[in-house]
Amino acid sequence: MAGIREWWRRGSALIWLSGSALALSILMITGLVGYIAAKGLGFFWPHELVQIQTPEGAVLGQITGREEAHGETPAKVQFRVGNRDLYGQDYRWVGAEAMATASRPNDAVLIERLEYGAFIGRIQSLQRQGTTQATGWAALDQARTLIHETELLRERIRTIETRDTAKLNRRVEELHKERRKAEAAGRSTEGMDAREAELNKAFEALQQRLETLRSEAQALTVTLASVDGQTKEVPLSEILRIVPSNAMGTVGKTGVYLARLWEFLVDDPRESNTEGGIFPAIFGTVMMVLIMSILVVPLGVLAALFLREYARQGVLVRLVRISVNNLAGVPSIVFGVFGLGFFVYTLGGSLDAIFFKDKLPTPTFGTGGILWASLTLALLTVPVVIVATEEALSSVPRSLREASLALGATKWQTMWKVVIPGAMPGILTGLVLAMARGAGEVAPLMLTGVVKLAPAMPLDTSFPFLHLDRKFMHLGFHIYDVGFQSPNSEAAKPMVFMTALLLLLVVLVLNLAALRLRQKLRARAGGSSF
Amino acid sequence: MDNTPPIPVAEPVNRPTTPLPPSPALEQDPGTFAPGELPLTDQAALKAPPMIEVEGINLFYGTKQALYDINLTVRRNTVMALIGPSGCGKSTLLRSINRMNDLIDGVRIEGRVTVAGEDIYAPGVDVISLRKRMGMVFQKSNPFPKSIYENVAYGLRIQGVKDRAIVDEAVERSLIGAGLWDEVKDRLHDSGLGLSGGQQQRLCIARALAVKPDVILMDEPCSALDPLATGRIEELIFELKRDYTIVIVTHNMQQAARVSDYTAFFWMGKLVEVGLTEKLFTNPRERMTEDYISGRFG
Repeated sequence: MAGIREWWRRGSALIWLSGSALALSILMITGLVGYIAAKGLGFFWPHELVQIQTPEGAVLGQITGREEAHGETPAKVQFRVGNRDLYGQDYRWVGAEAMATASRPNDAVLIERLEYGAFIGRIQSLQRQGTTQATGWAALDQARTLIHETELLRERIRTIETRDTAKLNRRVEELHKERRKAEAAGRSTEGMDAREAELNKAFEALQQRLETLRSEAQALTVTLASVDGQTKEVPLSEILRIVPSNAMGTVGKTGVYLARLWEFLVDDPRESNTEGGIFPAIFGTVMMVLIMSILVVPLGVLAALFLREYARQGVLVRLVRISVNNLAGVPSIVFGVFGLGFFVYTLGGSLDAIFFKDKLPTPTFGTGGILWASLTLALLTVPVVIVATEEALSSVPRSLREASLALGATKWQTMWKVVIPGAMPGILTGLVLAMARGAGEVAPLMLTGVVKLAPAMPLDTSFPFLHLDRKFMHLGFHIYDVGFQSPNSEAAKPMVFMTALLLLLVVLVLNLAALRLRQKLRARAGGSSF
Repeated sequence: MDNTPPIPVAEPVNRPTTPLPPSPALEQDPGTFAPGELPLTDQAALKAPPMIEVEGINLFYGTKQALYDINLTVRRNTVMALIGPSGCGKSTLLRSINRMNDLIDGVRIEGRVTVAGEDIYAPGVDVISLRKRMGMVFQKSNPFPKSIYENVAYGLRIQGVKDRAIVDEAVERSLIGAGLWDEVKDRLHDSGLGLSGGQQQRLCIARALAVKPDVILMDEPCSALDPLATGRIEELIFELKRDYTIVIVTHNMQQAARVSDYTAFFWMGKLVEVGLTEKLFTNPRERMTEDYISGRFG
């Protein structure tokens, strides 16, 4: 007994205890990130295509899961077979005994399409304007070369459809507005008719061009054959990528992996968010966090400044401080409801009534948007900033304030030139905490402006460039939407992990930026304690 | 007075070669006079008009009284040292002169403090412009976490001086005046916190000098410094005396003896004795002063 007591007194127990606690925490964090990364990052790797023979027929696809035998049910293997338009479902479970017949045919391809998801099968032939140009392997090779051209074509069509048409539409709209104003004022509308005719002609020309390009895009087609003999003719312009997984070496597969990863980061989503990229969500998340930070930091810092420096320290100030601290504990959905009621309906409605009368009853600000969402989150995170700033302000030593005042500075000058710069590292800590909290909250966003698919981004090239009334996409909401609201949950699963990983990364990058800034300020301030 | 030999006053380190104001005629018996009233035979006193006049100051921290009926005159271009044991009110009096005590809650002051003829506690006095005329150096050096240049320029910047040439000139002049120029002229834009303790204190002095105050108030400026740094600051005080009026609070009696023209001895919030330094240390009037100086208490 004495030995144990001695050991306890020596304090080694505490070292072991604290060490294990730290190790456990690190393990949990790395485990979380590692698990998400493993599940998510493996998504883009072009796995080999396996063909097996089952009693119902041949099955060709990627192996995506296995299940052990339990009692009566035999072992199973899950295959991703693609071809949603032919089979009706992407995934299939097959009895494990069929694996004995497994083979890896070299000409099996996985084709990424614009519609209906992936196609897994073989390329039978390549046609131009209906006449067969090549079959079998030759078709595969030619298709892989020609796909670059069709890609350019597709891009051009898209540009015309989106940018050029939008430009023309805007000019038509402006013209209409001018016309209405002129008619209301009683002025003549002579020149306008001519301009309108010109615009209409330009419109028609654009349409013509579009027609030509579209028919050109339809010229090249490939006939795809699934493993059970069904065929489908698909224009090459609707094909994004041809991946003959079994015929590729590691280098080729890495190339495909990186290409898919890049596409994930910069492209728009397809197939109700289960395919394509998530760039709008990344952009929306980052933008919302930035706007929220711009709103919350001045508000929180000024509030903390008043609480700590100007207000007379008494019962009232203590009450305010307690209330602010309690605000941090309010559930975020409550903030969402407040945001909806106050910001969206009241404020937004008033803004619409004053500034956007001519657009009513279509609401501009009277509905959810990135501004109201950011404001709601700013309100959510303001207590964090206030507390951090108060701590930072009180850590600026009194001697510095006295030195400034003894030189004849006013309290305001002392505040601005000595205290706030000295408290900057602490204020930035508050910012980091606020961003981390704000970037992760999804519930309040759902009520105040986040959508499944946003038609346009809040920042684009049309005046006024920053559209605060637009709805936006958000990574957190995307996870929820893809994971639970998508029509094809099996296809969506890897996407969920990947998006979660990306959200982690975005928050990490934002935090690192703020921490770096804080480090630089700390070095300049000569090492304050906060 | 009894026949105890006078306390040997240490020779000041490196007395400057420039002539100091003429020492007063000690042969003449100054006669008895009330604390605060200086001998009219003092040549310096005749030439130097009063800069700061403290009349009947009583100071209260809440209900506790810290200063009891203080009467003191500081003459222009002289150094007045305030000595006494800890907690006797020297720093409190010093801070009353530039109204830094206003920053503490619950401080109440009665009496008059006149600076250059103007009552600084009169209602309607602009405290900010008062403080601009008085420089203060604190016990623990407190340079701002900015560059050396910005530290010294701070006083000018808050007054709105934007002309680069004026600020440059003032920074150079102040750093030379504080004896720091040669050491920092190549690194004016380095952080002020990178200097040694003694250099930081001289930086604070330069900062105070930059706005050309009338009075410099020093609250134990050397207590945190080593003897070498202390010696340099004491040299500085000799030179500054020519252009400024200096009031220095010090714990160190020898320093007071080395550096000041007049010394005031405080005890428990009361002014016990004030007089010419040489006289106070060699032949003090009050028993308590002599006991303190000879180290019997405090």
